[in-house]
Amino acid sequence: MRDVIEGRVWTLGVDVDTDQIISGKYLTIIDPQELKKHVFEIALPEFAGAAQAGDIVIAGENLGCGSSREHAPAALKAIGVSAIVADSFARIFFRNSINLGLPAIEVRGVRELFEQGDTARISMSGGTVTNVRTGRSVHFPPLPAHLLELLEVGGLVEKVRLELAHADSPATA
Amino acid sequence: MTGNGHGATLAEKILARASGLERVVPGQIVDGRVDLAMMHEQGAQTVGPFHEMGAKKVWDPDRVVIAIDHWVPASTEGAAVLHRILRKFAEEQHLPHFYDVGRHGICHQILAEDGWVVQGDLAVGTDSHTNMLGAMGAVAAGIGPTEMAAVLALGRIWLKVPPTVHVHVRGTLGPGVTAKDLVLRVLGEIKTTGATYKAVEFSGPTIERLSMPERFTLCNMTTEMGAKCGMIAPDATTADFLRPIAKHAAHPVRADADAAYERVVEIDVDGMPPMVACPYSPDNVRPLPEVANEHIKVDQVFLGSCTNARIEDLREGAAVLRGHKVAPGVRFIVSPASTKIYQQALDEGLIKEYTEAGAVFTNSSCSACFGGNMGILAPDEVCASSSNRNFPGRMGAKNARIYLLSPAATVASAIVGEVADHRSLN
Ligand code: SF4
Repeated sequence: MRDVIEGRVWTLGVDVDTDQIISGKYLTIIDPQELKKHVFEIALPEFAGAAQAGDIVIAGENLGCGSSREHAPAALKAIGVSAIVADSFARIFFRNSINLGLPAIEVRGVRELFEQGDTARISMSGGTVTNVRTGRSVHFPPLPAHLLELLEVGGLVEKVRLELAHADSPATA
Repeated sequence: MTGNGHGATLAEKILARASGLERVVPGQIVDGRVDLAMMHEQGAQTVGPFHEMGAKKVWDPDRVVIAIDHWVPASTEGAAVLHRILRKFAEEQHLPHFYDVGRHGICHQILAEDGWVVQGDLAVGTDSHTNMLGAMGAVAAGIGPTEMAAVLALGRIWLKVPPTVHVHVRGTLGPGVTAKDLVLRVLGEIKTTGATYKAVEFSGPTIERLSMPERFTLCNMTTEMGAKCGMIAPDATTADFLRPIAKHAAHPVRADADAAYERVVEIDVDGMPPMVACPYSPDNVRPLPEVANEHIKVDQVFLGSCTNARIEDLREGAAVLRGHKVAPGVRFIVSPASTKIYQQALDEGLIKEYTEAGAVFTNSSCSACFGGNMGILAPDEVCASSSNRNFPGRMGAKNARIYLLSPAATVASAIVGEVADHRSLN
């Protein structure tokens, strides 16, 4: 994970639930490359066609509420979205994102600073999100060490893999 | 019940035990030992990461339940593949508790009726309504498939200890007013974000009198409040329910009398009418008599879902239905929550009653609840439903409108052909 993440911004409203991110009819798809074609079909129809690697999604309150579908952050990761920022997140969506190694950053008041197409600069260690066009920024408390560590190793799969490999190695037996 | 004390809440007590600590506080990140892990079709996404992690064996096959529920029997090739992935995984890992097509049911109902979650457990499932099992006096939370892979590998999970919102309920539910109406009322108060990352604990004289099925309905919809878990302290009702079916030993705990709550919500249900959640949010709650007066025509009615498709709900609906027919032009879908409930409905003659009145009675599954299997709504259609969500696109078309109701009011809507108050039928 880079300390400074900069990218083009896609804005979303409040209470965008997982049904609006990946609709129920696509839930039998498990290939993220396939899923990404349908991401935000209801909330932001032009996104799937135009979003590019490195883009940043900025939403209002309660992003990702509704079903516990990992499809949603998995599809965003497949597109190469570099961070998801929101005034607040629904719990499972937040966990899923971090566990997939996709930075999810909760920053009160962030949504109103951005318009579609702006550029955002996020400093993970500095705890700021800045609108490069307007120069305005907001602060967030740094993520807890446990979560930073998860993002650092690239997500939960990597973390458990390291843990299991460590437990298996004869040196520690 | 001031909530300003220094004692531990029910969630804190359970998480302290699960993580082997004396005391935990909100905000603390703990590593909890899992008592029960549940997967439904989304668990198919768990298998990949489980292998990528280099895991060889599931930590404890006796603590893992897999239930097929969203697409039963498989309605698309994609769903069939998910089922096969799970079947194969269960076989390879020697997982004996696999509720395959034929003994299937909605995962949460399976956990409840077969005693898989008991007092004091830490339970996790790959479904957001796992909260329902908190009615056992447990912490039961929904998690994603990748973290489920870690749970299967290690038997543990990282959790942030949630602060608790205490919902204290007194008064008597009037005739025809149910636990569903109560939870809708609470949702109207707390809203869909009011308990995000938090535990919701219900207590008070009204709660103590609720049966287990009613408690399931209540805890089920704490998910719509954003809650990590919803719970009710275990008591004699819990013990009586679990005694004949419990799959493992319980560790019943209760909150300290001076527990520190983040917020206390007082609800008095005396004189409360039935409630309805209007489109497009479960917290858009209004008194049902008011909405019934607007004569909102319905195209489809759904009596089903993990919230309200237990035998008690089907009986309640049948009592309203007796002597009536489904209104012309209305499609009325009834889907019991489990195979066991299906069989009970058969024995009690309920399937005959529903189908003779013009309903379609399906096998047990999530059915029309999530807009991906059957009973899908066309653009501009309106549905009255006993389920738990009415977000845009939840049951099909983006602009279809869903009204969430109690089972009795759901059935009344099928008879009248409008969002209706069952108390005005005769
Ligand atoms: S019945 Fe509906 S809410 Fe319950 S598990 Fe199934 S899809 Fe989810």
